[in-house]
Amino acid sequence: MIAIIKYNAGNVKSVENAVRRLGFDCIVTDDKEKIKAAKSVIFPGVGEASSAMEYLKRYELDDLIKSLKQPVLGICLGQQLMCNYSEEGNTNCMAIFDSIVKKFPPLDLVPHMGWNNLIKTKGELFTGVNADDNVYFVHSYYAEIIADTSAVCDYILPFAAAMQKNNFYATQFHPEKSASVGEIILKNFLNL
Amino acid sequence: MVKKRIIPCLDIKDGRTVKGVNFIGIRDAGDPIALAKKYVAEGADELVFLDITATVEKRKTLIGLVEKISEEINIPFTVGGGINSIEDVSLIIKAGADKVSINSAAVKRPQLISEIAREFGNQSVVVAIDTKYETNDWFVYVNGGKVPTQLKSVEWAKKAEELGAGELLLTSMNNDGTKNGFAIDITNLVSISVNIPVIASGGAGSKEHFKNVFLQTKASGGLAASIFHFGEIPIPELKKYLKNQNIPIR
Repeated sequence: MIAIIKYNAGNVKSVENAVRRLGFDCIVTDDKEKIKAAKSVIFPGVGEASSAMEYLKRYELDDLIKSLKQPVLGICLGQQLMCNYSEEGNTNCMAIFDSIVKKFPPLDLVPHMGWNNLIKTKGELFTGVNADDNVYFVHSYYAEIIADTSAVCDYILPFAAAMQKNNFYATQFHPEKSASVGEIILKNFLNL
Repeated sequence: MVKKRIIPCLDIKDGRTVKGVNFIGIRDAGDPIALAKKYVAEGADELVFLDITATVEKRKTLIGLVEKISEEINIPFTVGGGINSIEDVSLIIKAGADKVSINSAAVKRPQLISEIAREFGNQSVVVAIDTKYETNDWFVYVNGGKVPTQLKSVEWAKKAEELGAGELLLTSMNNDGTKNGFAIDITNLVSISVNIPVIASGGAGSKEHFKNVFLQTKASGGLAASIFHFGEIPIPELKKYLKNQNIPIR
């Protein structure tokens, strides 16, 4: 069973549908025991960092996520909340990844919205993905590149499109909205 | 590099896809789910569903349709038509839509843009602008292009951005249904006046029209309906053509 963490950031439905389309059973839940017992955990998110973080803290989901031993995938805001700190709402995050989340300088359209290609992919999430493949992004904040970056994207500046550390995986893009390439990435994660 | 988006638009009436020409005279173009899946397979970058019935009782049909679309397709999609309140938005987003497009309601009560942005994020708010050239400027029309306003399109575009819109969908009523090409001038003016993506709509009739709008304006995407529904321009062929013109395309 795959657990999708339910909290006050949207887009859960699309992730749930994507997981089911790939033939995996899943539950959308904020039940700590169910999350702990899941084979793997997806931490999605579209929304605002400080209010999402506040909610996670209130329900002690932040400590829970950090303590998980099975594969965990943060998506979009999920990735950002797994970093140390976000400029959005001046928010201290979960500090799983040693990265800072910053707002894009307005040198091009913000949000970065649409399909963009990945560069320098590495790790098992990207098996079967070509460097030129495009995935779908929608975000105004980006995570700085760190040693644990597993894919880079260049928009205004190079940023961390994906990260991996131990059992924690994260993507800034939306695999659930990235057509067949996204399905490969999501399937790679679900099969871990 | 971020790619220019090719966006088929499905006008929905009573659960079916239709396409109006100059906003009147409606032809049936088929089952929306089947069409949507076909477009995804062909490489459409995003989809827009516009509910042009939007009566209270038909809204329920729409929510059911949004749920089905979300189950069946794996690219982003926007839903619009008759959205008046944050409650409408909430139902549509929870049914699985990525964005909502608001038009008349935003003109009537611009704060709605901010309310949606605050609740669901800027990226979820597309402000649709129906624009028509009259005497010496492009004016905003509401109620499906039936009612003129005093608002100038560029001013309204800037205001929408300021209030929190994540994207603009700009439809030239002069061009819509003509197949004579996008309105380059107003698309250019709007797209250089804001720092959010602008989707050009209305008038696409050939592959060159997409090339022109991407080369001559800052539009992030091109939207069309009938030319895709009736197979006049297959999406793979259009994308191949644009790639050959060195336009960044997925």
